[in-house]
Amino acid sequence: MITLESRAGRITRIAALGLWLVLTLFPLYWIVVTAFKPTSDIYKFPLEYWPSTFSLENFAGLFSKANFGTYLVNSLIIATVSAAIVTVISLLSGYIIARFEFRARGAVILAFLVTQMIPAFIALGPLYQLMVSLGLVNDRTGLVFVYIAMCIPFSTIMLRGFFENVPDALEEAAMIDGCSRLGALFRILVPVMTPGIVAAFIFNFVSCWNELFLSVTLLTSDANKTVPTALNGFITSYNIDWGSMSAAAVLTIVPTMVMFAFASKYIVQGLTAGAVKG
Amino acid sequence: MPSPAPAIERRTAVPATPVPPSGGEATRRRREFSRRRALTIAAFLAPAVAFVALFTYYPMFSGVFGAFRNWSIYNIENQSWVGLANFETILRDALFWKTIGNTVLWVLGSLVPQFVIGFALALWLRRRFRFRGVYQALIFFPWAVSGFLIGILFRWMFNGEFGVVNDLLMKTGLIDTPLPWLADPALAMPAIIVANVWYGVTFFAIMILAALQSVPDELYEAAALDGTTKALALWHVTIPYIRTTLTLIVLLRVIWIFNFPDLIFGMTGGGPAGQTHIVTTYMIEITQQGDYGRASALGILVLVVLMVFASFYLLATRERKEAHR
Repeated sequence: MITLESRAGRITRIAALGLWLVLTLFPLYWIVVTAFKPTSDIYKFPLEYWPSTFSLENFAGLFSKANFGTYLVNSLIIATVSAAIVTVISLLSGYIIARFEFRARGAVILAFLVTQMIPAFIALGPLYQLMVSLGLVNDRTGLVFVYIAMCIPFSTIMLRGFFENVPDALEEAAMIDGCSRLGALFRILVPVMTPGIVAAFIFNFVSCWNELFLSVTLLTSDANKTVPTALNGFITSYNIDWGSMSAAAVLTIVPTMVMFAFASKYIVQGLTAGAVKG
Repeated sequence: MPSPAPAIERRTAVPATPVPPSGGEATRRRREFSRRRALTIAAFLAPAVAFVALFTYYPMFSGVFGAFRNWSIYNIENQSWVGLANFETILRDALFWKTIGNTVLWVLGSLVPQFVIGFALALWLRRRFRFRGVYQALIFFPWAVSGFLIGILFRWMFNGEFGVVNDLLMKTGLIDTPLPWLADPALAMPAIIVANVWYGVTFFAIMILAALQSVPDELYEAAALDGTTKALALWHVTIPYIRTTLTLIVLLRVIWIFNFPDLIFGMTGGGPAGQTHIVTTYMIEITQQGDYGRASALGILVLVVLMVFASFYLLATRERKEAHR
């Protein structure tokens, strides 16, 4: 209910919202500021809340001293390939769950929901064993398989929601015109649902990009490491080099933030779109 | 492959009343049709189900059996059955009991402030203002960052020597000397909880805001006619209306906080001396040490707790569905 607001109420509201905004953004600000300080200024009193000298040495060091370029490329490939495959697979499964009534439907939905409450890391040991017997340990393809399985349930549930927003008259018309079901799905439904599909892809990408425990367990050689695995290596070393650490954190955060900025726009579109209101 | 027939199956699935018993031909076509339908369902679901079954459920179930075996990465050939020995080791482990206490502290200590601050923010955000969309997008940002990285960000801010938290506290006169936040067990636990509160408030703010916006205005108008104050309207109109939604949000959040070793991993790694481990971080550490049997036993204990919360959650979902029917 929107009632008239007293002057004091208005001031309290603006102050509270402002304070929370500052608190939310400060950790991000601080890591960015640290990343751009020369090492000597990071460990110096009084702390500089705005760097007196800006330096790119931390970023440069990541690529010259550590193989950060390799880690970035690995993460990019693994996250992109996994997210693309997951999105296609869960288009199929989400479509079936949205459109068909069948006996195992409830069981499939429940099995997917359960994975959302039980974390993937609960069976790290057995998973490692499985990957050993499949010959997929320390193999980026193996990690892609595991990530696909990790992302399918949420992606399916999300896409199912988008399918339910599109009236089935659309693909029925296409199929009466002689289109196959798969053809109708990809030629008719996918174009209509593009914003939702992009949002699902981005969610999947960000989950894979950020994932730590599975990659730490399954990737052993430096050449295969992803960014989170590398960061984990940085913090388990005795003396954390906070300059490189901050630069690496900034490079990790930026892509996901950009993608999320896009995704939130598409999510809104995805909810309001739908070619025909049936 | 043109297959026009299934297009109308949803209609035909409901038995159309005036079907004349035209004998074998109709039955044969109906069978052919439902066979094709079953094939479509199976083919479209197969990839999703296969991946989840092989890489999620299979390890989970083999972990359940592994809990009763002597299963160590250093002696992988010799996996003898040891009965309940793994569980016994865990229950005798003092650090395990410490992690139980920490887990309760971690869940409740994070949940309550997250809920209260999130609820307040949602109430303040309910009123439209010019940059509300931008504001929401900005406070949304922690969600794009992994819990592990959030942990790293806070590890740096709570650094005992050059940390900005100490600097700010000293500037405001709240402390006189820098505190060794993450090196002192008594301070490290509150520090990781502060980080987690910070991370989770947005979730509550956005979910509760959506719930608040679902309350029809007429309810408030009726309450206003009866001369209720704002606070009373909140208590007697808003909260009862969104009660089930709130229950769902809280239960989901409890499960997620319980399942959230990422932040602790980035911030303290369970240290100092294991004093900030919660059950899930402890389990991961044992796995990394290679003792899969003991980690699996711990995993079963985690599963049991999760099952309890998950069934509460599913029950609450059902209750809401029925309420909306």
